[in-house]
Amino acid sequence: MWLATIPRTPTRRGTGDLGPPYPTSSGRDVFCMNHRLRYGVLAMLLIAALGIPAWAAFAPVDSESRDLVYEIPKGTFARRQAGEKFDLIPAAIRLTIGVRDVLVMKNHDDVPQLFGPVLIMPGQSFRLPFRKASTYLFTCPLHTSGLLTIIVEPEPELGWKRLQWRTEAAVQFAALL
Amino acid sequence: MRESASAFLFLFLMFTAFAGEAAGNPELRAGVFDPPRAAPDFSLRGSDGSELTLSHYRGKVIALGFGYTHCPSVCPTTLAYLAEARKKLASAAGNFQVLYVTVDPERDSADQLKAFLASFDSTFVGATGTPQQLAAVRAAYGITLSDKIFVDTQPKSTYFLDHSSFIYLIDQGGKLRAMMPFGVSTDDMEHDVKALLSE
Repeated sequence: MWLATIPRTPTRRGTGDLGPPYPTSSGRDVFCMNHRLRYGVLAMLLIAALGIPAWAAFAPVDSESRDLVYEIPKGTFARRQAGEKFDLIPAAIRLTIGVRDVLVMKNHDDVPQLFGPVLIMPGQSFRLPFRKASTYLFTCPLHTSGLLTIIVEPEPELGWKRLQWRTEAAVQFAALL
Repeated sequence: MRESASAFLFLFLMFTAFAGEAAGNPELRAGVFDPPRAAPDFSLRGSDGSELTLSHYRGKVIALGFGYTHCPSVCPTTLAYLAEARKKLASAAGNFQVLYVTVDPERDSADQLKAFLASFDSTFVGATGTPQQLAAVRAAYGITLSDKIFVDTQPKSTYFLDHSSFIYLIDQGGKLRAMMPFGVSTDDMEHDVKALLSE
């Protein structure tokens, strides 16, 4: 009979289990492990490739503080009187609704200071929240142009715009490092 | 029974403390000063011809602005929005006063100011004075003003002025509390005036 000529696979550890129809040598085990590892890494990469942009595009935007704070240090007036030239505040400030949309200016100097649009007394702070995306122009004697521009951008919308916004923020952060 | 009464008392005290604090520090939508300082008083000539002092309006919430009657855009827009905000205040409007101080005394007589402001709201009051008086008031409030700007296409006597375009809010106790930038909504102004009136 031809059946009698089929070679029997050796039983596994003498249990009578015929085991898989392929040899179970240690080399084959390593091969399988490498395969599993490779698939695992690929799966993780796939999750990262899809998950991170999905998170960036759909996760809510928030920050620990919505305040962007500028301070006039003590002695500023004296330094200016001595002829020193410096900028305390950039000519253009960018804010984002829902993320960082409050401009805070503090005067630690001993004299009143025109800081951006307002006169701030010594020890006083001024907190200006923005609720509408727009470009605001204020007269500001601290700048050579005489103007302070505050660009308030809308809260990044869900999806592509939020992804784009987070990417830009990441690039800016990386540039600072 | 005694425990529940104590718990009720504790909660009541917590609530009244919180409510008291909230009433003392209403959340304003404008830019706020912390701590607020007394609004510098001034004595100018009112648009009705009489002497005008800021302290005369103590007990009302004051919107204090600076501008001029020949202003082509910012002042008419600001005054129109203040008039709109005042309408929204309805019965509370009686405790809200708009004061507009000229930055152009050369052209803005008391009569001219009166006619200009009345075209927006008859209750608005203007103020003028000598250049020195007005410069002192501007300095006290940190108001900036450019030199005269002449435009080639206009007659030689015509000039424009760049000036701070925001509105200060002064509370009923005479404290300089907040600053409304140009371009905010009438809803925001209405909200903040009501908040200050509720103190």
